[in-house]
Amino acid sequence: MSVDAGKVDADLVRYVLRLGDLSLILGQRLGEWVGHSPALEEDLGLANIALDMIGQARLLLSYAGEIEGRGRDEDQLAYLREQGAFFNAILAEQPNGDFGQTIVRQVLIDAFQLELYERMTASRDERLAAIAAKAVKEVRYHLRYSSGWLVRLGDGTDESHARVQSALDLLWPYTVELFAADEVDLRMAERGIGPPLANVYAGWSARIDAILSEATLRRPADRPHAWHGKRGQHSEHLGYVLAEMQYLQRTYPDARW
Amino acid sequence: MQDSRQWPLYEVFVRARGGLDHKHVGSLHAADARMAIEHARDLYTRRQEGVSIWVVPSQSIVASDPAEADSLFEPARDKIYRHPTFYEIPDEVKTL
Repeated sequence: MSVDAGKVDADLVRYVLRLGDLSLILGQRLGEWVGHSPALEEDLGLANIALDMIGQARLLLSYAGEIEGRGRDEDQLAYLREQGAFFNAILAEQPNGDFGQTIVRQVLIDAFQLELYERMTASRDERLAAIAAKAVKEVRYHLRYSSGWLVRLGDGTDESHARVQSALDLLWPYTVELFAADEVDLRMAERGIGPPLANVYAGWSARIDAILSEATLRRPADRPHAWHGKRGQHSEHLGYVLAEMQYLQRTYPDARW
Repeated sequence: MQDSRQWPLYEVFVRARGGLDHKHVGSLHAADARMAIEHARDLYTRRQEGVSIWVVPSQSIVASDPAEADSLFEPARDKIYRHPTFYEIPDEVKTL
């Protein structure tokens, strides 16, 4: 393997890590529900989505490791990176809260991933196009599940409505980061590798409006965001997520089963 | 009247592959029909067990009374002539 740093496509590595980390951290968060869901059926439902997310993360992190060319595989990237080397938007690492808050976070990210991966199936990067083609089928189901729940809760009892509205108000500001294109996003769009985030946003926004309307929820106003998870600057929550996720590999290096 | 804290029960039927019948595989709780389909997908088809799902509210199923089993099913016991076992099957018939 050549170690010619000038040849490494750093933009692509960063871009793929962002996608992979979003799925990985959200999958880890959803996994926290196992054994704690309101019903056995939801336990399995959330675990299934978590496993889809981990599956996407495996494909993406493996690919990132290959492009990077430093010999790191999916496991090393997942279990041995420090917090500042994770590039997920920080919406994914926000705590589960109650079931309604988990559902709100899920709808916001599912709709983003759906709009993103639908477009990415036409990526000039064949590997990303193939990963997107697989992921889009999974994500379409995730949004069906999460939006169904949001409508039930939003258009449910006074208490369920109030709870998901306050979760929406709480999490909405974090959505801005998903669509804030930085130089990496812009170059990926120019090269035809990733879809322009403005297009993803337009699709996401229309989709979210339709779901919120059916759920009788009010769309909060956008606010400028001060978070840059996509650049490795995270909220205080990610450290706890990583501590649990990475504990085993760090305590028993190279442990396998 | 359903207990509002308890979701109604649904019976789940899964078609393993095209051409086969839907078979009863179990039951689950769900708040509505759409959720029942999603739960059935997550509970009963996660290992590729099927290509189609039916869900039916359990309360819509009318069942025979086990206490009446004697009068319902016993009378068929001694009527072996109802089984088509007295025919010679021609050698040419391969699949029967």
